[in-house]
Amino acid sequence: MATGTESEHGSRQQGGPTLTTSSTAPASAAAPPTTTPRPDAARRSVGSVTARPRLRANRRVRFRRDRSLVLMTLPAVALLGVFAYVPMLGNVVAFQDYSPYVGIPGSPFVGFENFTRVLADPDFWHAVTNTLVITAFQLVFFFPIPIALAILLNSLVSPRLRSAIQAVVYLPHFFSWVLVVSVFQQIFGGAGLLNQSLRANGWQAVDIMTNPDTFLFLLTSQAIWKDAGWGIIVFLAALSAIDPAQYEAAAVDGAGRWKRTWHITLPGLRSVIVLLLILRLGDSLTVGFEQLILQRDAVGADAAEVLDTFVYYTGVQNGDWSYGAAAGLIKGLVSLALILVANKIAHIFGESGVYSK
Amino acid sequence: MSIIDKVQASKNTTATFRKQRTGAERPAWEEEPSALGRAGKVIILVMVVLAVLGPLYTIVLTSISSQATITRAGGLVLIPGEISFAAYQQILDGGVVTRAVLVSVGVTATGTFISMVVSILCAYGLSRPGSFAHTPILFTLLITMFFSAGIIPAYLLVSGLGLINSYWALILPGAVSVFNIIILRGFFMGIDKGILESARIDGASEWRTLSQIVLPMSKAVTAVIALFYGVGYWNAFFNAVLYINDSAKNPLQVVLRSYVLQGVSVPGQVDVGTGAAAGPALQMAVIVLATIPILLVYPFVQKHFTKGVMIGAVKG
Repeated sequence: MATGTESEHGSRQQGGPTLTTSSTAPASAAAPPTTTPRPDAARRSVGSVTARPRLRANRRVRFRRDRSLVLMTLPAVALLGVFAYVPMLGNVVAFQDYSPYVGIPGSPFVGFENFTRVLADPDFWHAVTNTLVITAFQLVFFFPIPIALAILLNSLVSPRLRSAIQAVVYLPHFFSWVLVVSVFQQIFGGAGLLNQSLRANGWQAVDIMTNPDTFLFLLTSQAIWKDAGWGIIVFLAALSAIDPAQYEAAAVDGAGRWKRTWHITLPGLRSVIVLLLILRLGDSLTVGFEQLILQRDAVGADAAEVLDTFVYYTGVQNGDWSYGAAAGLIKGLVSLALILVANKIAHIFGESGVYSK
Repeated sequence: MSIIDKVQASKNTTATFRKQRTGAERPAWEEEPSALGRAGKVIILVMVVLAVLGPLYTIVLTSISSQATITRAGGLVLIPGEISFAAYQQILDGGVVTRAVLVSVGVTATGTFISMVVSILCAYGLSRPGSFAHTPILFTLLITMFFSAGIIPAYLLVSGLGLINSYWALILPGAVSVFNIIILRGFFMGIDKGILESARIDGASEWRTLSQIVLPMSKAVTAVIALFYGVGYWNAFFNAVLYINDSAKNPLQVVLRSYVLQGVSVPGQVDVGTGAAAGPALQMAVIVLATIPILLVYPFVQKHFTKGVMIGAVKG
């Protein structure tokens, strides 16, 4: 078990540098990926200068030994090859004046013309601004809530009550965005519960669902309703890893409840918080696509246009394929850069394995 | 807040206090919380629970209320009145909604099955670092988590493959979740190497080891991943908007959107004859239909979350 996780750790740390194609990482001193042998094989092959033929023989032996393992990965690799890698190549339409009638082979190449058009488009920059504003707003008003909830839940003594509340707050995470927006529509919409009781009491009805000025709050409260509960799961895991003896020692030394939270609980969560913040940074150009698509008609493009919806509407809806693809490619590349930067920052903070969500 | 809610809230409160007193194993060094602190905690938790369950309560109640009750309430029903299942009878009577339910069930079942087979195989195939081509295959997977091609090329590919208006367009593009594979792989890697070794010595092939030893040991994590995939397929909405033009093939989420968010009237809603269900009841019934499968499966899988996700969290 221990060796398993250790070698996995090794391969992960290699992951960062290989993707950045920089050679600064210390872990890249290890053997190149294809020839990373098992420990027993390592003794035979590594360090010997004349190991080439033997290495090849060794590779054949390893292939014969592991071929069923390789075979097992093939369906997933094939699916990803078709539905993830082929579209990456399909991004050539961003450099073309693509027409669906002649397809990619027949469409003329136009170089970077689409990109210059996108970058000169005020609508594009408007979408970028909206995206970043939503990200920043949610970082301030959404991000701390799961932390607070987790600390609150963790302070409950009864394990049964704790798991009952967990079961309830995790639930909305599994609802679709259509459902979440529908529920909000029923409560806050023009004919919703809120207006129903406002009207019953003789007050003016307010339509929160279509008001662009309050859209940012609406988006964030939907996100909180859906995912804040689910967000606590990671923090609860981190909290359970804190040694109770620390609390006891602090209590004996006279630290009260708040002092213990401040000096033990929060430092115990520090690494998880840093990690999630960094991941969010890498993901900052992606804000709830389905959530926005669903409500863009109601509040208008001015408030609800983000990068992803911009790509969809210009590309698919208006049929300007190359233009949309160029905008999408810019977003993908900037996101990739952000993730790699975030990865570097994570390493600076002494965190590892920031390759996954 | 209605009377029911208040009663429920007060019930919750007393239950909270009782459980805290009886089931408590508060450590000796920890001071008893102040009455104010305890009350604050209870209020916050009750509000959180109500915020989640309250809307669901009124939606379910409205869907099973009779037209008279809904008219009296002026929309959503908070206090139970006359109960009627007319709305469900009407939407499940072979119309658009029934069709959509069948489409969603079919896509979810087929998709989850394919995804699980592919993911379990791949996760097991990658569970032994140092095996042949292990690292390059792992990288091939991980790169897709860093960089996604975007909507336009994905659409062009699906239409190029002739999958527009095909149910496969709702399944294949998202069939592999690298994140789920990593969680499964993390679990498989944690299985005691000695067990796998002895299986090999006894002559079991990798396929047999996987199906007869590894899988039976991984029921919890498999259930969680199956739920993740299943919920993903069931909830998917945008891929249907993108790839399905034939409205007869729309899954439930798209139908839900058109009825509840776009104001398309539910079939049968117009003829407000005797026995016909009211508009709100029909809408709510569609919402409930979209929730039921999740509510059915969720309780059985929920208790495994911490384990499954914790592994992912530790790795992630």
